[in-house]
Parts: sequence; structure tokens; C-alpha cells
Amino acid sequence: MSSDAVVRFHEVTKYYPASNIASRGMKHLILHLPRHIAAFSRKKTFCALDGVSFEVPHGECFGIIGRNGSGKSTTLGLIAGVLRPSRGTVETQGKIAPLLELGAGFHAELSGRDNIVLNGILLGLTRARVMEHMDQIIAFSELERFIDQPLRTYSTGMIARLGFSVAVHLEPDILLVDEVLAVGDEAFQEKCLRKMAEFRSQGVTIIFVTHKLTDVEKICDRTMLLMGGRVQQIGNPQEVVREYRKRMAQA
Amino acid sequence: MIYYRDLVWVLVAKELKLRYRNTVLGYAWSVLNPLAFAMVFFVVFKIFMRVPIANYTLFLITGLFPWQWFANTVTSSNYSFLNNSSLIKKVKFPRYFLVIAGVLNDMIHFALSIVVIVAFMIFYHKAPSLNWIVLVPFMVLVQFLLTTGIALAAASCNLFFRDLERMAGILVMLWFYATPVIYSVGMIPPRFLWWTYANPMTPVIMCWRSLFLGDPLSLSYLGAAAAWAVLIFAIGLRIYKSLEWRFAEIV
Repeated sequence: MSSDAVVRFHEVTKYYPASNIASRGMKHLILHLPRHIAAFSRKKTFCALDGVSFEVPHGECFGIIGRNGSGKSTTLGLIAGVLRPSRGTVETQGKIAPLLELGAGFHAELSGRDNIVLNGILLGLTRARVMEHMDQIIAFSELERFIDQPLRTYSTGMIARLGFSVAVHLEPDILLVDEVLAVGDEAFQEKCLRKMAEFRSQGVTIIFVTHKLTDVEKICDRTMLLMGGRVQQIGNPQEVVREYRKRMAQA
Repeated sequence: MIYYRDLVWVLVAKELKLRYRNTVLGYAWSVLNPLAFAMVFFVVFKIFMRVPIANYTLFLITGLFPWQWFANTVTSSNYSFLNNSSLIKKVKFPRYFLVIAGVLNDMIHFALSIVVIVAFMIFYHKAPSLNWIVLVPFMVLVQFLLTTGIALAAASCNLFFRDLERMAGILVMLWFYATPVIYSVGMIPPRFLWWTYANPMTPVIMCWRSLFLGDPLSLSYLGAAAAWAVLIFAIGLRIYKSLEWRFAEIV
């Protein structure tokens, strides 16, 4: 165990309840009563992560790849602290900034500027801090002309720009990036990758989840391949990506 | 501490900005809406059914306006967490602030409606008394705790049991008729009087009404209101705390 790890998963298992009886409704409950009783007695659950262990040392750019439903987002949720592991331990050190999925924490009727304040505070900044960074955030997003328009007039790419701009000004110790960059245009994606490289040189740890394997090869120091909630491989991005491609071709 | 203040501020500001946007009358609605209800009740109960209560309009609004703060918050709190699911899934922040912001939002509208009450008081040759300086903030605090307790429980439970939002409207209506808002305690048959203490909202409404009508405050009602408020707040908080860690899984 290295002592400078800022994210540490030890034998982490995460179950989700397979189907909540109450949330499916009375009709469903009555029509499928035998199945519900059986499911209840067996405690049927869905296993999203199964005995996952890894460590991310301070300042590393750590990629996570895998097919849909392989446990990538659950891993990020556990790092962000919004989920609790069913078994095992998750330890993190420092301030974590999640890069939100499109529009999360934004409100369509508020202006871009109001949304920066709302989002910045929800992500842990004080209002004074947001105001201090306001000009930089707007400049980084390149949305000066639209910033006082309501968010509903923005395109998806513009909303993604705004979200990324807020997140990178949070001064995080750990940045969680969950394939939100895919909707921005090429130029903005390049800018984001450059910003992530800059972060890395400043010693910010980055957890990067994406389906763009070329990005993983380009900026990650190490990469983890998840399959069906288990760690398949951790190591050099080129090797892990090669292994992933090989398995995809087989499937 | 500053951070929590900013978080409350930004969430309340959001609601206030959004509530009456695109309406011509704007904030006048916070007063017009309860006044419209008051008019309906006045016509039905004073003119048609001729309840023997003097100054019935003032009697009515001094109970109805605080009630509407309570009822509006409790009804809308069912969606406090539900409407912020994307945020709850990604960001670790104190989620109960979403509920508190809702309570404060309706509290601000209640505060505006106090102006209307004072206007009616002047019409009926009554004047605000000095003891308001202490007792109005005290009663606001009492009702804030009571409302927050129920709102926390409703917001949390509705994530797991969606029938609650359907039941909420019915329950709040039943509760309204079980509380002496449109009738006086004196009209309740003696054998049901125990109920006035068993219903947490009764002492609250009774205290507000005495305060606004310039009647001497009953210490037993004041005590009962405070005791209920603390108890229900504690229960609501307990329910929220025990369910909170599962929010991100279920929304």
C-alpha cells in the first residue's frame, strides 16, 4: 500500500436492490406476488461492483474504461461519496469536484450567470469565491455573449462548456470527469484536455471515465478496465486499451 | 458556516426568482392567492352558514395565512429531493438544505402576507402590539421547526414510496379541516377538546390568532406548540438521516 494514495478502494462490493416493491406499485405487486415473495426471501440484488480494489496516487490521471453497465459510474459515485459500499472500504483525501452530467444542478430558466453561482455553491464554493472567479469562468466557457440569457436557450454543447468551466475553477484536489466532454465541439474538447493536462502538472488527481479510447491513451497515466463489475486489468493505458479492444472484438 | 449561509441563500433565491417569472402580477400572487381562499371561506361560512364569530374576515386570515405556509411547504416538499435527482446522484452536499430552502421560501411569502393581516387589523381598529417583537420571531421559529420536520420526512419517504405525493393532498386537506382555521375552538363539542392538543397545528394556529387579534396568549398553547415543534422536527430529522445514504441509489 502506497502512502500517497488519495483514492483507495479495498475489496469494494456494491449491491443495488434489484427492484423496489413499493416503487413498482400495487398492481405489479399483486400480479407478481409469488415472484416478489421469492425475490424477497432470496434478497435478490444487482451486483454493480464485485471486490474492486485499486489505488490512485496523488497527482495521477487515472482512466476507467469498460462497456456500459460495467460499474464505471458506480465507481465514480463511490469516490464522490454519494454512494456507500455494501462491503469493503473507500477512502479519499482532499476536495473532490465532480464534473456533472449535462445540466445537473443547472436550471433552465435561470441565466448562465445565475447558474454559475448556483452550481459553484452546490459544488462547495462560497459565494464570494464564485464571484471572484466569475470573469475567469465566463472567459473559459467562451459564452460571454450568452451569459445573461436563460439556460434554455443554450445548446447542449454550450451547457457542457458552462459545466466544465465551473468545475475547473473549483480548485479541486480530485477531479471526476464522466464522459461529459463528448458533447462539446472539437475545439472545446481540445481545450478541456489541455486544462486537464495543466491540472495534472499542478498535482491535481484526475479520475477520467470515457468511451473515447484515444483520449485515454493520450492523457492517462494508468487505466483500469472494468468488466461486469470486476477489475479486469490495471496498468499502462496502451496495454489496457489494447486488451479492451481485443475483448470487444470477441464479443 | 459562511458556506451553509450561501447554500441556503442561493437555493432560496433560485425559488424566488423562478416562482413568479412570466407573470404580470408577480409577488402580488403571494397575497392574492391566500386572499382568494379567504374570500371563498368568508362567503360560505359567514354569509351562507352564518358562523357566530365577530370580525370573521380577520379571524379567518389570521388562521389561514399561517396554515397556508405549512400546507404549501408540506405539499411541495414531496418533490424536494425528487426534482433534484441528477444532483443527488453526483454531488455530495447536505441535501436537507433543499428542504429547508422550500420551507424558507414559503415562509417569505407568509411574511409578505402579514402585511395584509396588519391592514385588516387596522380596518378593525386593532394595532400590532409590542410583544410581537419577541413573539412573532418565536412563533416563526416554532412553525419553521414543525414544518421542516414534516417536510423532511415527506421528501425522504416519497423517494421510496411514491404514493405519498398522491396522499399528501388528501392528508393536508383532512388536516386543514381538523384544525381550527375556519371555525373556533369554542365551536368544538367538549368531548372532542382533547383533540386540540393532539393536533400539532392547533396550538400553532391558536397562538398566531391570539397574537394578531390582540388577545392574551395562552401559555399552555404556546408550550404545546413549542413541544410539538421540537418533537416533530426531531422525528423528521431522524427519518431523513436514516434514509439519506440510499438517496443516490434510488432516485
